[in-house]
Amino acid sequence: MKNETEIKALKTVPREKAFYFFTSIGNYTGESASSLREFMEKINTINIKSLEFHMYRGDFEKWVAEVLEDKELAEKICKLRQSNYLGNILRIKLHEIVSKRFKELTELG
Amino acid sequence: MKKAFKLKVKNNSVTLDSTDIKILEMLQEDARKTYTDIGKRLGLAHSTVYDRIKRMEHYGIIKKYTALVDMEKAGAKTVTALMTIYTDPKESEKVAEKLCSIPQILEVYTSLSEELQIIAKVIAENQEKLHDFIATTIAPLPGVLRIRTSIVTKKYKETQPLIGNDPKKLTPTNNKQIK
Repeated sequence: MKNETEIKALKTVPREKAFYFFTSIGNYTGESASSLREFMEKINTINIKSLEFHMYRGDFEKWVAEVLEDKELAEKICKLRQSNYLGNILRIKLHEIVSKRFKELTELG
Repeated sequence: MKKAFKLKVKNNSVTLDSTDIKILEMLQEDARKTYTDIGKRLGLAHSTVYDRIKRMEHYGIIKKYTALVDMEKAGAKTVTALMTIYTDPKESEKVAEKLCSIPQILEVYTSLSEELQIIAKVIAENQEKLHDFIATTIAPLPGVLRIRTSIVTKKYKETQPLIGNDPKKLTPTNNKQIK
């Protein structure tokens, strides 16, 4: 049975807890995500440099685990990071993982 | 001969004459100079120097006396960066005020260009902490549209304008060079 923690992952977080997309140290793109849905949508549109930057710093899995409190999704993103994908393949794979998880959670809700 | 400067301080106004300017120049050179040292150089009684300095302190012309520390030589390992923060014009004043209240931010300016920008100098322990600071403290501020950050790799010069200098006549010998 799915627990409340998993459903909590669908919440919208306050702006200070949102995910802010950067392309390199200190260079903020102006894009942010305050929920899993928004995060999933941004994966499709954000500059690929930003995806690569955050992916290999482990920022996505950290935000998903600590802010959205979804350990399961964080682990999947961590595994993807270890595959060392770059460019559009990374975008597609990451979107696949996140959208699948989003679907699972919305079906629960 | 130097002109007298008329400065407005809040609702009062105060006039600086050439002697005040000379006193300020000497204090900018070395703030530890005594009233007697300054008086001797300018041919004034130390009490006159005292009165003039107190007046300039009172009106906030002399803001404070501080030590200019060479952070590198003092062993502080810090990263310095210059952030260009693009802001929504409606929020830029609030963003600038907020930046001013953060101790890690050393200087804050607004600049004239096509888009409204705030330029701020920031220090952090290392690049990772700099990034965390920008991501968790600056990017979430309402009105921040995007940020460009340049990390300083080497400092060639650091100085402050001397009160008596005419900017048109500034030469490298008027300013102290960092060695």
